[in-house]
Amino acid sequence: MCCPVLTTPSPGSAKDWLMSDYNFAYLDEQTKRMIRRAILKGLAIPGYQVPFASREMPMPYGWGTGGVQVSAATLTPDDTLKVIDQGADDTTNAVSIRSFFERTAEVATTTVTSDASVIQTRHRIPEEPLSEDQILVYQVPIPEPLRFLEPRETETRKMHALEEYGLMHVKLYEDISRHGHIATSYAYPVKIEGRYVMDPSPIPKFDNPKMNMPAIQLFGAGREQRIYALPPYTDTVSLDFEDHPFDPSKAPHPCGLCGAEDSYLDEVITDDQGGRMFVCSDTDYCETRCANGHRGTELAETAA
Amino acid sequence: MNAHALEGGFTDAPRAASYAFRALMSAMARPGRIETLEGGVPPAPLSVAAGTALLTLADGDTPIYLAGSADTAEMRAWLAFHTGAPLTGPSHAMFAVGRWDDLLPLDAYPIGTPEYPDRSTTLIVDHASLDGNGARLTGPGIQSSAALPLPDEEALTRNNRLFPLGLDFYFTNGTRVAALPRSTRIG
Repeated sequence: MCCPVLTTPSPGSAKDWLMSDYNFAYLDEQTKRMIRRAILKGLAIPGYQVPFASREMPMPYGWGTGGVQVSAATLTPDDTLKVIDQGADDTTNAVSIRSFFERTAEVATTTVTSDASVIQTRHRIPEEPLSEDQILVYQVPIPEPLRFLEPRETETRKMHALEEYGLMHVKLYEDISRHGHIATSYAYPVKIEGRYVMDPSPIPKFDNPKMNMPAIQLFGAGREQRIYALPPYTDTVSLDFEDHPFDPSKAPHPCGLCGAEDSYLDEVITDDQGGRMFVCSDTDYCETRCANGHRGTELAETAA
Repeated sequence: MNAHALEGGFTDAPRAASYAFRALMSAMARPGRIETLEGGVPPAPLSVAAGTALLTLADGDTPIYLAGSADTAEMRAWLAFHTGAPLTGPSHAMFAVGRWDDLLPLDAYPIGTPEYPDRSTTLIVDHASLDGNGARLTGPGIQSSAALPLPDEEALTRNNRLFPLGLDFYFTNGTRVAALPRSTRIG
């Protein structure tokens, strides 16, 4: 009854290693109801952080326990799940969460963005535009956008209640006075429907404009015990100034593998001589482009 | 306890509740859109959709107000057996269920506080008319505009003006459900 969650499946049929001793999607029903009620209130008040009683999960805080709990309360047996970590389907965090739900929720999994009905993400929004039928679940480390400006929860709660967001603009202004431009490049604060300032989780600010999307966006912060949500087409504005408009910047290069010029790039160090290359952070997007015959400069060299 | 109180729950609770929640979430995320909500069979006069919503969301932590004709001995027994939810009046209800006229007045329900706007009642308005065009809706979850027949546009517009405070509504009829969160602008 106490099988470790991440053991390698023994050879045999897939059913052999389904964790049927656990409830569907791991969590008990009362916990799911509590999370579901929080999600519904979150959708009704876009951008407001709903407190919830986060549970211990079979992975440490900081590994996406908030996202996992929101996914567990959201998944149906008919869903197809995709999990990404910084855009990649094949990193430790993504692989272990995907395998966790394969075993506990019996859902189909995929790495193809357009095939997924639920996508759990750590710190990226997929490059391929999402559709109305999809749900994007974010893993959130610090849900409170004002936390590093004001450490007291009682105060930040009051600031949200009074719509007192001057401090956030001061922070962005200090960026400008120190660096000449707004240097915040990830977890860039957004204002929702002209009311709540919200932390979009540590996605690069390049992804901020994508948040006005047809899919449902759910945010889960396990350690901090908060859930928030954006219904489709919710008005999401990145904070800026008239003379310093928001700039969703990225590295000024094409992808070394697929040549994409419109995707967010990771810098990869290739040797100790200063060699480096830029590749798409969204592995599914990059692989699909490569399969469709797109070639970047680095890939051509490798092939030759 | 009569026999019916023991019947009408989910046959496979974890899976049935997951489908029911998806319908409730899709409805709340897209105000005005009608979803199918089934799986539970509550005693009359409650609709399948309203009963399924309670089975999906209610438990011992959620005080419920059964309004007017929904407050029957059968309903109380059914709710107690399947959800264990305590019954209460409108002023402490997390969920309120019944016909629109029975649920009034709206100012009897908690609308949340500026610090905790989520601490407000969700009203499940049963036997609501979902047919016809009705009022024009705009706001979060709606691309350009949606339409839903509303029992009292003026009262619901006042509710929207309270945003971020206010009440959230599910309108149910048969196996159909549509939602009107406080964030939706009317007209």
